[in-house]
Amino acid sequence: MTVTERKEKKVTPDTRARRGRAIGFLGKWAVFAGFIAAWQVATTLAEAPYFPTPSTIGETMVDLWLSGPASQLWLSDAVFDDVVPSLLRLLGGWAAAGVVGVVLGLMMGRSEKLYDYFSPTISFLRSVPPPALLPVFLVLFPIGTPMQLATIIFGVIWPVLLNTIDGAHTLDETVVETTRSMRLSKPRFLATVVLPAALPKIFAGLRVSLSLALILMVISELVGSTNGIGYQMIMAQRDFSLPKMWAGIVLLGILGYVLNVLLLVIQNRVIGWHTRSKSLTGR
Amino acid sequence: MKRLVRNTIGTVGVLAVCELVGRSGLVNPNQLPPPSVIGARLVEMFNDYEFSVDVVETISSWAISMVIATLIAVPLGILFGSVPAVGKVTSAIVEFLRPIPSVAMIPLALIAFGDSVDAKIALAVFGAVWPILFNTVHAIGDIDPVQINTAKAFNLTRRQMLTQVKLPAIAPFVLTGVRISASIALILVVSTEVLAGSAGGLGSFITETGTGGAQMDLAIAGTFVAGVIGFAINLIFEWAQRRWVNWSDGDRAR
Repeated sequence: MTVTERKEKKVTPDTRARRGRAIGFLGKWAVFAGFIAAWQVATTLAEAPYFPTPSTIGETMVDLWLSGPASQLWLSDAVFDDVVPSLLRLLGGWAAAGVVGVVLGLMMGRSEKLYDYFSPTISFLRSVPPPALLPVFLVLFPIGTPMQLATIIFGVIWPVLLNTIDGAHTLDETVVETTRSMRLSKPRFLATVVLPAALPKIFAGLRVSLSLALILMVISELVGSTNGIGYQMIMAQRDFSLPKMWAGIVLLGILGYVLNVLLLVIQNRVIGWHTRSKSLTGR
Repeated sequence: MKRLVRNTIGTVGVLAVCELVGRSGLVNPNQLPPPSVIGARLVEMFNDYEFSVDVVETISSWAISMVIATLIAVPLGILFGSVPAVGKVTSAIVEFLRPIPSVAMIPLALIAFGDSVDAKIALAVFGAVWPILFNTVHAIGDIDPVQINTAKAFNLTRRQMLTQVKLPAIAPFVLTGVRISASIALILVVSTEVLAGSAGGLGSFITETGTGGAQMDLAIAGTFVAGVIGFAINLIFEWAQRRWVNWSDGDRAR
């Protein structure tokens, strides 16, 4: 055994992968910090009215959301008046669409008849750009949370529904035959056999839906709301307060990033077995 | 054949239920008119010159932004994908910029551009660039090295390498990106139109007719037309994928 070989042995693939990930992680943030710095320099030099410097945006954000008393963990009232309602609508609408989409999707994925009857309607409805429904929903639902929930649910249900149908449809025939011999009832079959098998696809749909839900939350608040992040941004637009508008944009970006990371963590916990088994079999 | 029959029965059934609900008095027929009324409005609307202009405005704004977005994203994607250092730096920045929902930019774009038609095209371009860029970068990285080395062994020029090896290899993934972008661009165009009446187009038509709820039949008919446009765009791209790049499963790169 040569020296280099022994050295190689100490660094197991696992630690090497971990080290590689850590370097990648730090590298990404370093690049991003550099980007912000460059942006700071560029905006300071350019003095363009529509592009406030990152430091101004940062100060505005602290001012808006982190200037509260210590008893509220320094969160300002605006957090509870605007950010929290926005988040609740976003998560509520997304969760409701997720549940309905998965239940309908499991049923339609396992019944060819049902799928054939409704597939034209579904493929038309999912093609409607959701913002086009806003003026209609504004009349049909009370302004505020009901109208926003309706917009979010209608807009984000399709990726979950279609992915669930796909996942439930492509179930291994052997599994179907085996469970048939066990005489599972239909609901139990769907919940204990089809659902787990379709989970990877369902999660893919849920991720697409989550970013779509963020978009629809913002746009519905821009149009018909009395509070929320989007409402604050439209107020800032009326005041020509560019730092406040940018603060909203940055906050929404952070929310989008954090929500996506959280969902990935959940996904790894719930269907980690799936990715692991896939990498083991080398597929 | 069986499938087609079921498709028809299902669709007719859904419409019939809507019609019944609309006429039963369960809902206010002024707010939610039955499909037959909306159908009649649709026929009238297409004889109306101004409505046709709105539809053309929306479709052309969408088409212009898609062309611009593709022309920006594909060359950039090839560049980022081919030079690893540039690719790493930009992918880090892109990863942080991408979660920003593009509709959050609408209020800013409306005052920054002044003209709302420019604003809607700029926003749609901004939203549509990311999926195409991402798919192009991934596709370049995914090209089989054997293919590249073989081409090198044949002494292909850089230009030949690009047009004869790289572009055909990435085409399926790029097209998938373009398909995803197409619906995003449509959402942004319509959103801006809904928000700013001066942006014109179908979105403004829906807002004008829907406000106050006096002409809900027109508003819902307009929404229906928006759905038809979205549906047609989906169909065209699905067809294009089958027709031109059927040798590969481009959806893998998402």
